Amino acid sequence: MNWITNYVRPRINSIFSRRETPENLWSKCDECGTMLFHRELSANLNVCTSCGHHMAIRPRDRFTALFDGGIFTEVKVPEPTDDPLRFRDQKKYPERLRAAQKSTGEKEAMLVAEGEMGRMPIVAAAQDFSFMGGSMGMYVGNAIIAAAERAVELKRPLVLFSAAGGARMQEGILSLMQMPRTTVAVQMLKEAGQPYIVVLTHPTTGGVTASYAMLGDIQIAEPGALICFAGPRVIQQTLGEKLPEGFQRAEYLLDHGMLDRVTPRTQLRDELIRITRMLMGQPPAVAGDLPAPAEPPVEEPKSEEQPAPEKAEDGTASEEADQTK
Amino acid sequence: MTYYLDFEKPLAEIEGKAEELRAMARQNSEMNVEDEAAALDKKATAMLEELYGSLTPWRKCQVARHPERPHCSDYIEALFSEYTPLAGDRNFADDHAVMGGLARLDDKPVMVIGHEKGNDTESRIRHNFGMARPEGYRKAVRLIETAGKFGLPVITLVDTAGAYPGKGAEERGQSEAIARSTQACLQAGVPLVSVIIGEGGSGGAVAFATANRVAMLEHSIYSVISPEGCASILWKDSDKMREAAEALRLTAQDLHKLGVCDRIIPEPLGGAHRDRDATIESVKSALGAMLKELEGKKPAALIKDRRQKYLDLGSKRLAA
Ligand SMILES: [Zn+2]
Repeated sequence: MNWITNYVRPRINSIFSRRETPENLWSKCDECGTMLFHRELSANLNVCTSCGHHMAIRPRDRFTALFDGGIFTEVKVPEPTDDPLRFRDQKKYPERLRAAQKSTGEKEAMLVAEGEMGRMPIVAAAQDFSFMGGSMGMYVGNAIIAAAERAVELKRPLVLFSAAGGARMQEGILSLMQMPRTTVAVQMLKEAGQPYIVVLTHPTTGGVTASYAMLGDIQIAEPGALICFAGPRVIQQTLGEKLPEGFQRAEYLLDHGMLDRVTPRTQLRDELIRITRMLMGQPPAVAGDLPAPAEPPVEEPKSEEQPAPEKAEDGTASEEADQTK
Repeated sequence: MTYYLDFEKPLAEIEGKAEELRAMARQNSEMNVEDEAAALDKKATAMLEELYGSLTPWRKCQVARHPERPHCSDYIEALFSEYTPLAGDRNFADDHAVMGGLARLDDKPVMVIGHEKGNDTESRIRHNFGMARPEGYRKAVRLIETAGKFGLPVITLVDTAGAYPGKGAEERGQSEAIARSTQACLQAGVPLVSVIIGEGGSGGAVAFATANRVAMLEHSIYSVISPEGCASILWKDSDKMREAAEALRLTAQDLHKLGVCDRIIPEPLGGAHRDRDATIESVKSALGAMLKELEGKKPAALIKDRRQKYLDLGSKRLAA
């Protein structure tokens, strides 16, 4: 049987879930109200087993499920200037940042990692809505640039999971400047010919949508995700326009030609493997046993020309999906 | 006649009095009011100097939105010859919030693109108050690409409260259109210079202002969100726009310190609307100077220059 999925991943998962095992072992689906057993819910990637509603998933949990064996290496993100505007509303910005760091256990609103997904080496970046609404400030901008540079350097696809309420207001204009900055990052990938795949998750709004999150070669969204520039409340308030059912949701955008696909989270990994392999000219992923696990990708092989080990096509993709049922 | 902002009320009184005196004198040629009127003028000037010498960020927002401030069409009419508007996004419509086309600046052909707010009820509605829909950004993409193809410098004049938040605009991909416009700016192998002439409102402004050189009029603003919007989100009270304007650092002066704005274009005493011709003339010389800085650069160098400008942003920190 599959050694990584059956042995390593559960162990890694348990290490991660221990960190955040809630006192209450049950959580309620925000959509249908069903009480869900926590472990079952996280095994299903925070998708309600009753109604299919997609709840938020933290970048670290997402990566654990995305990368083979849950193994990935974080890509270092250059530190931005600390509180450049010395912003203060009712609280000082550094205080807000510290509070977010404490409550999330993360440094900032984006995590970048490299690793293999169905034996396809990729770079991935995921935005963390629980960190100040995933807002795009200089760190997030730096993270996307670092991700793009790393993908170009390693000649790998970049898969980006977006989730943000918009700009980081406390960084003012410098937050806005992440729109052109991250667009430069997208240009780097395009010029290097590396695939850039965006997975829009709930919610992706504002300046984030109007920059890197809408510039993918392939645009996928998770079901029900709110994706917009101006939010429904703003539109209703300022213009009094009546909005149709499902307005600005993933399915609505798909109907209006703004997305390539809407894909449930539990099928996403398979799909990303399929797409990246095709875009990279690789043979189809073959279902089957994994060979003995390689060392975690601490040091990258320098020879990019090395063909992917053809026999080593793994079955993690399909098994992953089975496992999460 | 003149439109006074709320903080200009004392000024309105003095100028009104002077105007009254002169009107009386015109009726009655025996009256000599000139000394008195001149004294009032002097007082008004002193007051203008005081008010405009220390505009708070919120007051700058008000000046930047002044209805009599010169708009894109005023600049185009005054600065360019042979202006030939080019319309449409080739997909859906022509967005009148965005004007643009071929023109000559000092006889040299350029592509000019800008937001137009309109200046009376009818034209404001026609131009949708300068708030562009996806078609506007897609028209801009088309014009920027055409300029790139024929080696024409691109000049953008930014003046918008932001992209239009409407149902149709969202359905037709407002965010994608803005992203593509920013991308087109970054890819242009020609000099691209931008002047923020009034309001640089969020993503709607970035889509045009991603330039090799960005100049701002002295009392213009450029911000990630309107002070009112920021106040209602962070202060939960939209009346705290003064505090928000302060915190956002949206003035040309602060943005110059942060490296976002490369050049501040001085405005006449009392703001651009008090002497439109002088303002337009200053913008002209700034445009000339910025284009000169980029003269002779090859397409690849221009693209690199623009990219690097944005990649480098964020290293400076403002004083408390
Ligand atoms: Zn449910």
